Amino acid sequence: MKQYVPYTFSLKLSTAAVAAAFAVSLLQTGCGKSESTSSSETAKTQTIQNKGSDTMVNLAQAWAEEYKKVAPDVNVEVSGGGSGVGIAALEKGTIDIANASRNMKPEEVEAAKKNTGKAPKEFIVGYDGLAIYVHKDNPLNEITLDQIAQIYMEGGALTKWSDLGVTIPGASGDEIVRVSRQSSSGTYEFLREHVLHNKDYKLGSRDMNGSKEVVELVSSTRTAIGYSGMGYATPAVKMLKVKKTASDPAFEPNVANTLAKTYPIARSLQVYTLGEPQGAVKKYIDWMMSDAGQKVVEASGYVPLPAEARAKP
Amino acid sequence: MNTPAILKPVAQTFAVRKAARPVWAVLGERALEVLIYLCGFSAIVFVLGIFFFVFKEAFPILGHKQFSLGQFLFSEQWYPTSEVNKRYGVLAMIAGTFSVTALAMLIAVPFGLGTAIYLSEFCGSWVRETLKVVIELLAAIPSVVWGFIGLTVMSRLITKYTGAPVGVNVLNGAIVLALMSVPIIVSIGEDALKAVPDSYREAGLALGATRWQLVWRVLLPAAKNGLLAAVLLGVGRGVGETMAVLMATGHAVHIPHSIFDSVRTLTANIAAELGEAPANSDHYHVLFLIGVLLFMMTFTVNLAADLIVRGIRRK
Repeated sequence: MKQYVPYTFSLKLSTAAVAAAFAVSLLQTGCGKSESTSSSETAKTQTIQNKGSDTMVNLAQAWAEEYKKVAPDVNVEVSGGGSGVGIAALEKGTIDIANASRNMKPEEVEAAKKNTGKAPKEFIVGYDGLAIYVHKDNPLNEITLDQIAQIYMEGGALTKWSDLGVTIPGASGDEIVRVSRQSSSGTYEFLREHVLHNKDYKLGSRDMNGSKEVVELVSSTRTAIGYSGMGYATPAVKMLKVKKTASDPAFEPNVANTLAKTYPIARSLQVYTLGEPQGAVKKYIDWMMSDAGQKVVEASGYVPLPAEARAKP
Repeated sequence: MNTPAILKPVAQTFAVRKAARPVWAVLGERALEVLIYLCGFSAIVFVLGIFFFVFKEAFPILGHKQFSLGQFLFSEQWYPTSEVNKRYGVLAMIAGTFSVTALAMLIAVPFGLGTAIYLSEFCGSWVRETLKVVIELLAAIPSVVWGFIGLTVMSRLITKYTGAPVGVNVLNGAIVLALMSVPIIVSIGEDALKAVPDSYREAGLALGATRWQLVWRVLLPAAKNGLLAAVLLGVGRGVGETMAVLMATGHAVHIPHSIFDSVRTLTANIAAELGEAPANSDHYHVLFLIGVLLFMMTFTVNLAADLIVRGIRRK
């Protein structure tokens, strides 16, 4: 094909080289800028960046909205993604507060120190019972920790509902449909550590990207089993009572059993900051741990801190 | 070169007029030229920059002694965050990507081409304009909305009417993808059919062909390159789509045995895991290697489509 070549073309070869260099330098400065922190201490309206656990995202949102009434000049921006995502962002110093439904691992603490020069500080802000959900028509009521492990673990023996002695009314299959979480989820890691004893999950589970989606899928699938924070229960699903071994009594996930530590798969919910929190961030965390903040925890379906662990105003 | 004597006055007038232009206009024009030139050039710089960046981030894992490319491509064991034994095999995800895309095309191609043929050959101008607006609207729906529809509406419909135990599966993802790629196939396919000269249609009708024979025997063969390009661009969309398939396919690492099995696609896996993978860890590099794999797949598809379109232009 013949092409019309503008008369300036040959002149512009040097310009092209300059343009390339210019664009590359733009790219580099762009990358450099994105690494700087986003907290703005001097601005009139302060913004606190808050990211992490999907288990806690509803709670964090409720806190942010409630705190707006207490301190209208502080804007808390909340996003989810999973505890791992929040911790990874904290390591890079791009957020002020990371929410996590699991504890930070030693290598994550090291990475944060190396990148930012500050040690992460942990605050326990509430508790959660990890509920095992099944469809509301599932006749199963109780489950042992070992059974959960055998269902989810790589090489685990339980794959069919009949293995558990259960027939599900109205279901077309017998196979246990395992609903799990993505590996960025703190809930995923918590179950792996405390129930599967750090063994791997069986491949082929449906890995949802949020606590709510797990409950959503279990409610629309009769043969499904899933795990999620107990705050996400709906009338379309049933929470199983959990017992440590077959000979132990079974406990249902609720506030009293979680606080008494009789429910076997309960955990603490925490937030992390880089170093000792300052200014608006410190005030916000203190408020979370006060009576007013803990009321929000209870209203969101989680277990608030006992009175002696709360912050005094 | 010597200007012939008779043209000299003309050349002089031209020169005078050029000199009479104000300086700012000349400079302005030059500046605009440079700007446009930069815009054109930036596309190349960005593509090369992205190419370089993705490769650079993926490269370290290739030299890692615990990592084998054979295992990466041919194992279905994907355990990037395991505490005991990390394994990086993407075979199940390659199978997931292919199965969802293939089924999506099986649904989208007949629908898309059918619509294109109807729009270009059979319907009146009023219907055509209305349909085109509606189809363009279909293309404007964000993919996360499609994903949400797949997760909530479609999954319930699928379990209700097919008896499948789980509603988020290959079929669900494929239907969602098909709905997303139909607009592309329709608009490019219609252009290809429009490009067939009217003399072909007239000749066909004059020979006594029915409208169906005309479409099947004359127009489809004449426009086949353009239609193929439309289909390939639809495939490219399918392979590259992330959010909708993440939500609609169930995100399970599993080689599908039927269209009712849940799968995970390469794109969805990157989207779901890149946020948590610590920078410069093995997991992070492997995710970029998946990016390289995807890049090669979409590059091949787009190149094929481009070559075919060029083939048409030359005709």
